[in-house]
Amino acid sequence: MIVANRKPFEEIIEMVKPYSRILLLGCNECVTVCAVGGAKEVAVLASEVRLFRQKEGRPVEIKELTLERNCDLEYVETLKPIINDYDVVISMACGCGIQFVGENYRNKIILPAVNTSFEGVTEEHGVWTERCQGCGNCVLDKTLGICPVTRCAKSISNGPCGGSQNGKCEVDKDIPCGWQLIVDRYKEMNMMEKYLEIQPAKDWSTSRDGGPRKRIREDLKI
Amino acid sequence: MRLSYPTNIKIMKVPCTGRVDIIHILKAFENGADGVYIVGCLEGDCHFLVGNVRAKKRVEYVKKLLDESGIGGERVAMYNLSAAEGQRFAEVAREMTEKIRALGPNPAKLAKSKE
Repeated sequence: MIVANRKPFEEIIEMVKPYSRILLLGCNECVTVCAVGGAKEVAVLASEVRLFRQKEGRPVEIKELTLERNCDLEYVETLKPIINDYDVVISMACGCGIQFVGENYRNKIILPAVNTSFEGVTEEHGVWTERCQGCGNCVLDKTLGICPVTRCAKSISNGPCGGSQNGKCEVDKDIPCGWQLIVDRYKEMNMMEKYLEIQPAKDWSTSRDGGPRKRIREDLKI
Repeated sequence: MRLSYPTNIKIMKVPCTGRVDIIHILKAFENGADGVYIVGCLEGDCHFLVGNVRAKKRVEYVKKLLDESGIGGERVAMYNLSAAEGQRFAEVAREMTEKIRALGPNPAKLAKSKE
């Protein structure tokens, strides 16, 4: 899922300063699962903003709404009858959702209430960690299911580097060395001979280096 | 026991303090409460094991939210007492009332009344 963090309250309150009618938009997908932008978090932020503005003597009207998905036209279209009743939209969806709503309602300002951070997993209740960077050229077969692109701070294909100490990365003593994890996994599976294979330089053109990416399936087009 | 406690306290009953969500506390302030306190069972005595521990964590979180929005985190508190502590319940009610009275009214409500 896409994992995000809520922006600091001061930043949000500063962004909405000029507005008095706000549409506060949440999303029922990833940001609900990582507890940052679902219906619950929308209600909490709306309440906080109302309290702050009430205290300032400049009350706001906030419409709380959570779409099934903000990255799908089918749901974004449902905003049509109401969006013009509001001065501004604050979105708690990920960066994709924020942009997509903006693209479809060009007369509206869409403000982000979250910082979209990474693609990750729920390691335990309340703890999310990164697993994939969407490099577009998966190597998990070669590294037995542990991603060197994400788990290694340098994203190197043949590791570990000299900064790996006691299984930790030199970047932060709390970050496990991705390549140590891979080596441990090779050992666990008795496949150390695979580790000896040298990987050629990775083709990064499928990643961000090739610019924004696009996927088309002609048979699905209407 | 015929104990008395301040009449300004409104009791909201929940099956367990674990039911109390962040939004419930915020809504109380939006609706004009000057302070909110959660009274849960003694730690370790929760019928649902950790309901009161969860409530405590949520109270801590709400304190942060209330500080951010300028209402003041000190207006929320968590107490743990057993069903047999009627005396302590009345004491807590007085303690909280005095604390909130010293802080003054909820600033959001105050601003609204000046409109």
